[in-house]
Amino acid sequence: MTKHDIEVTRRGVLATGAATAAVLAVQAAYAQPIVPLASLPSAKVSLVVNGHNEDLTLDTRTTLLDALREHLHLTGTKKGCDHGQCGACTVMVNGRRINSCLTLAVMHQGDKVTTIEGLGTPEQLHPMQAAFIKHDGYQCGYCTPGQICSAVAVLAEIKADIPSHVTGDLLPHASFSADEVRERMSGNICRCGAYSNILDAITEVSGETA
Amino acid sequence: MKPFTYERATSASAAAAAAADNPGAKFIAGGTNLLDLMKLQIEAPSHLIDVNGLDLDKIEPTQDGGLRIGALVRNTDLAADKRVRKDYGLLSRALLAGASGQLRNKATTAGNLLQRTRCPYFYDTNQPCNKRQPGSGCSAIGGVTRQLAVIGSSDACIATNPSDMAVAMRALDAMVETIDPAGAARRIPVADFHRLPGDTPQVETALQPGELITAVTLPKPVGGKQIYHKVRDRASYAFALISVAAVVQPDGSGRVAVGGVAHKPWRVEAAEGEMPHGAKAVAEKLLAGAKPTDENAFKLPLVERTLAAVLAEARA
Ligand SMILES: Cc1cc2nc3c(=O)[nH]c(=O)nc-3n(C[C@H](O)[C@H](O)[C@H](O)COP(=O)(O)OP(=O)(O)OC[C@H]3O[C@@H](n4cnc5c(N)ncnc54)[C@H](O)[C@@H]3O)c2cc1C
Ligand code: SF4
Repeated sequence: MTKHDIEVTRRGVLATGAATAAVLAVQAAYAQPIVPLASLPSAKVSLVVNGHNEDLTLDTRTTLLDALREHLHLTGTKKGCDHGQCGACTVMVNGRRINSCLTLAVMHQGDKVTTIEGLGTPEQLHPMQAAFIKHDGYQCGYCTPGQICSAVAVLAEIKADIPSHVTGDLLPHASFSADEVRERMSGNICRCGAYSNILDAITEVSGETA
Repeated sequence: MKPFTYERATSASAAAAAAADNPGAKFIAGGTNLLDLMKLQIEAPSHLIDVNGLDLDKIEPTQDGGLRIGALVRNTDLAADKRVRKDYGLLSRALLAGASGQLRNKATTAGNLLQRTRCPYFYDTNQPCNKRQPGSGCSAIGGVTRQLAVIGSSDACIATNPSDMAVAMRALDAMVETIDPAGAARRIPVADFHRLPGDTPQVETALQPGELITAVTLPKPVGGKQIYHKVRDRASYAFALISVAAVVQPDGSGRVAVGGVAHKPWRVEAAEGEMPHGAKAVAEKLLAGAKPTDENAFKLPLVERTLAAVLAEARA
């Protein structure tokens, strides 16, 4: 296989998803018309990722998630379902949590992106990272970067007076409770079921008692 | 995803004109529905017009005492807006019942109105679907129909509209404001915005090619108790089996729109005269002519009982 073939194969894999990846990887070099990479539409985008300026020229189809993982090699952000259903890809853009799999990198010109790597480092953990460790807020750890980014944003959203589905009265300022956290974290799925420990970690960081 | 070219629109009229110039073009706002469908190649635009840079992200009072919600206002911001919480609680509640915190941070008012059905066969590109591929047939008819429509459906399509927000907008008599590629503006009552499937289930709204939504307006507040009750398979982060959006006045009169039962938010104004007589009387008129399948017939009593719960809550 030449380098060119590998590129095409990889695109086939990205476009089709993991389920059929193995089949495609074999077929792609033979069955797919080989599109010269230069002819695929690309665009330039500048992002500020964890405080660093990043200038990228990307195939327009590149999601923010793939730009972070495949181009900037920030692999802390995880790809779970790639359809906005699991929350593993949660990052913060201009201070708000989003699913990085359901947005294109080129749509984020000038945006400030914070990933799990930008929240804290192994030497200097963010309080939420430290609390997840203390309370065992994970088992396999795959959903954890998304859970932690979401958890940090959830506390900020309560502070910013954003109500939720379980908020009793819409008029007073939003407030913290265990039910509020459970509802607000529902976009982050944990197949290991570490939910109660995740709740404990978030509660500790909030400074409240649930 | 199929390759596509990309541009950032600089004005609403330029965006609409660009769409008219590019027959394969689509607008992209939050991207949370469009990109999902593009990954599955259910949507395959050859050009994307990013509208996120347009100045359409404000919520402003209108001259007649209502609110104008810009097309790009995010679902989170709309639900959290103080005026919406106070005067249009139904809308806040419906938004907060939908999707997840992450998704609501991206999802826009226009994109939410235009989100496509969650019919499982529409998503399965190996199966015929008249909505995805006009004329190919409907796999849902005779298939698994638990989540699908019980009323207003056709021999071509029995899909439902999945939006929670749209149900509240329907009960609140919202208006959709648009601009077309020639620069002409028009207003479409939300009642006429979504279509029934008929013979053309691929045509879901009254929008013309290239027409851009610029805002949604709400008439002046109607008061009353405003309740959105969504029934789903899990307590959070799931689409509705059915939902009931109601405005109930102190004298028992009011309005009700239902989600999860049809190709559009379902409201029958004539049924609302029965509101003081209770849920059974309303549901009988609201759902007259329903054609459920064995699998989704449960939706009819579920609507009635949910409405009964809503009316009891309103009286409490
Ligand atoms: C996992 C998951 C769970 C969800 N759960 C729910 C739920 O429970 N309830 C619910 O209601 N929704 C739910 N949603 C759907 C979500 O609400 C929609 O994806 C979102 O509202 C779409 O908005 P957007 O701005 O991202 O639209 P986009 O994806 O950007 O666009 C959607 C469509 O609108 C068109 N468009 C966008 N803006 C304009 C404009 N200004 N003028 C004309 N056309 C325009 C686009 O061309 C596209 O066809 C869920 C989504 C996901 C992924
Ligand atoms: S119900 Fe509509 S969307 Fe579902 S398969 Fe039939 S035609 Fe397609």
